[in-house]
Amino acid sequence: MKVLVAVKRVIDYNVRVRVRADGSGVETANVKFSMNPFDEIAVEEAVRLKEAGATAEIIVVSIGPAQAQETLRSALAMGADRAILIQTEDAVEPLAVAKLLTAVARREGVELAIIGKQAIDDDANQTGQMLAALLDWPQGTFASKLVLEDGRAVVTREIDGGLETVSLALPAVITTDLRLNAPRYASLPNIMKAKKKPLDILTPADFGVDVSPRLVTLKVEAPRQRKAGVKVADAAQLFDKLKHEAKVI
Amino acid sequence: MATYKAPLRDMRFVLYELHNGAALAQLPGLEDMTPELIDPVIEEAAKVCEEVLLPLNRSGDEEGCRLENGVVRTPKGFIEAYRLFREGGWTGIACDPAFGGQGVSHSANALVEEMICSSNLSFGLYPGLTHGAYKALYTHGSAALKERYLPKLVDGIWSGTMCLTEPQCGTDLGLSRTKAVPQDDGSYRLTGTKIFISAGEHDLTENIIHLVLARLPDAPKGIKGISLFLVPKFLVNEDGSIGARNGVSCGAIEHKMGIKASATCVINFDDATGWLVGEPHKGMRAMFTMMNEERLAVGLQGLGLAEASYQGAVAYARERLQGRSLSGTKYPEKSADPIIVHPDIRRMLLTMRSTAEGCRALGGWVAQAVDVQNHTSDPKAKRDAEDFIALMTPIVKALFTDLGFEATNLGIQVMGGHGYIREHGMEQYIRDARIAQIYEGTNGIQALDLVGRKLGAHMGRYLRQFFHPVAAFITTHADDKALERYVDPLTKAFVRLQQATGQLARVGLSRPEEAGAAASEYLRLFGLVALAYQWARMAEVSLTKLEEKTGEDDFYRAKLSTASYFMDKVLPQTGSLFASIMAGGATLTEFPEAAF
Repeated sequence: MKVLVAVKRVIDYNVRVRVRADGSGVETANVKFSMNPFDEIAVEEAVRLKEAGATAEIIVVSIGPAQAQETLRSALAMGADRAILIQTEDAVEPLAVAKLLTAVARREGVELAIIGKQAIDDDANQTGQMLAALLDWPQGTFASKLVLEDGRAVVTREIDGGLETVSLALPAVITTDLRLNAPRYASLPNIMKAKKKPLDILTPADFGVDVSPRLVTLKVEAPRQRKAGVKVADAAQLFDKLKHEAKVI
Repeated sequence: MATYKAPLRDMRFVLYELHNGAALAQLPGLEDMTPELIDPVIEEAAKVCEEVLLPLNRSGDEEGCRLENGVVRTPKGFIEAYRLFREGGWTGIACDPAFGGQGVSHSANALVEEMICSSNLSFGLYPGLTHGAYKALYTHGSAALKERYLPKLVDGIWSGTMCLTEPQCGTDLGLSRTKAVPQDDGSYRLTGTKIFISAGEHDLTENIIHLVLARLPDAPKGIKGISLFLVPKFLVNEDGSIGARNGVSCGAIEHKMGIKASATCVINFDDATGWLVGEPHKGMRAMFTMMNEERLAVGLQGLGLAEASYQGAVAYARERLQGRSLSGTKYPEKSADPIIVHPDIRRMLLTMRSTAEGCRALGGWVAQAVDVQNHTSDPKAKRDAEDFIALMTPIVKALFTDLGFEATNLGIQVMGGHGYIREHGMEQYIRDARIAQIYEGTNGIQALDLVGRKLGAHMGRYLRQFFHPVAAFITTHADDKALERYVDPLTKAFVRLQQATGQLARVGLSRPEEAGAAASEYLRLFGLVALAYQWARMAEVSLTKLEEKTGEDDFYRAKLSTASYFMDKVLPQTGSLFASIMAGGATLTEFPEAAF
């Protein structure tokens, strides 16, 4: 069985993100990028499946700029077998990504797609669901546990107020939540080997997918700074402020 | 809680921008060492250091090692961390691929070593000593010994030690008494006691391979009668599996000021079976192969701790609110200004910063020469690199560890009482840094090595490898207005160094005690000039990058400001060092012994 894992190159989670002065987006020049943490969990899960003998090959896919090769190499260093970069300098939206992944999944004949539940840059949380719809596969989103048995994927999902377990017929789409696993450190020999693993570079046009944006970003602004509080003299003043200034009572 | 993030941006600056490390990939055997490979290696190393080794640093210091029935227990978490480190392939990072190593360039490995030292020096000593043993065995061992022991040392499933010191012999190894008696089967039986053996006994690996200096029965007296032997804790069967316990035991572990999680052992050899490494009576030569590399590595310990202490001090200075800026309130909305506004706090922080970044740059220059020495096929380039390394080794070892100690001391001072108490981990840095000035040859010995062995060698040939590039740099930039601010002070200090070198050359031959009296100050003078040269070069690179508008103006401007600080506030120390050297050593040598 082949597994497809999608990874996204995002601003590193340690970076304090700054909004561009013109409000067109966030500052990306000279900022550290790394693999979306949820995708790292997806790679780790696939590698564990491979170590358990449940899958023969892990194909890792990224859609993004040339530098996304570094992200793919990180996934290869963790244990993925080969990589595909669908290179585009344009901003890609979840639907375009889902269409491209659909095309890759069909072309490669994969039976399981594992991807992060969302990317920490735009927090869209849409790609996995759209991918499942386009492929017409069942989906197990927000997975905190994944077991493959008897040709089915048993997925424990984190939902409001508890855990839900679903059993999916394969092929299926799984999206990963934080508690699914703790990604490993890539070993030095695997980092060295990753450089020699195959990495194909294609374009959206190769799959006949139009990635032009369908959404228009009007403005990006930083959250308003919190103002310092004020001390009130007594309960009467507090009541007055709540009633007339905050207008909450 | 210690704060440390590996300074990856500055490391890349040193490796690629300052020293053109990408060119190393043109050397035979280093073809893979391109930025595309080195970057992920140092990034992953940074993760392991920050997330696995750093959290065990203070707990390891508090707990220390324990000796229980002859077995040393490392602190909680060390076994798991070592397993992760070993399974990650980090023990073999700079070893030959022929024995399972990863063959990473020395200059990239030096960056990883620095991170390990910043995160957890005690932990780093275990694989560090193994690497020393690897190196001695790799260079001088027979094919059979290498085949049997090297793959396991590279893998890290076995570790190594270097057994030199005995109760009556430290610096003067000619006094060593451990005996080795030849056996009919070609092995030897060793008897004696070694002390201060780092990683001599511990619970991290299934076997420990000791490299031991000892005397054969027919050995000449003194230093020319020392041979090197390999003595395993457990004998190794023909098939490579672990056999019977050898006559090696741990008699005690030392209770010491710092590096408490590193087991410093008394090791007793009682008729222990061993094998000769290299030729009889040529043990010192073999030992020095290891020792020279170790001295460069010890220098990195000073650098690593300076960096860690700097980061801790900066974080505190930004948060600690006390008093108001002398030029008027800077943060009116706060109850007081953070102490980072005060000039004296900035003096300490910038001294630490210029130490860490300067030493990283200088260390990077030397590390690159090690790569050239190990890989070049050009005999002239190889000899030049060897000369340069020979000259700079005592400087890297003593200068980095002295400045590292001073930096960790400032780190405490910035934090005041909070630096002195244990909670923040700042006082551990100074205790850990202290040993680096002592082991692998005290810094006094390094100074004597520089003055006694390195200056005069081959009619001053080693010196050229430093003096020529500095002189050429000064000439090239003599009329460079933009660099004047950095080149002028460098020139002034360089002249002092040349004059002091001339003075030592004149008096040193006829009156060796004069050279001995000046040695430590001369090494510091030399080291400061070497740092000044690196700072001037960093300024040169930074100015070019600013012109290229790479978008990282903050980084390069900070470099220029730190370079200016170093030139104005640190380099003038060369004036007092020069005066003291030129005053001669009579006040030292003529002081009546009885009056002490």
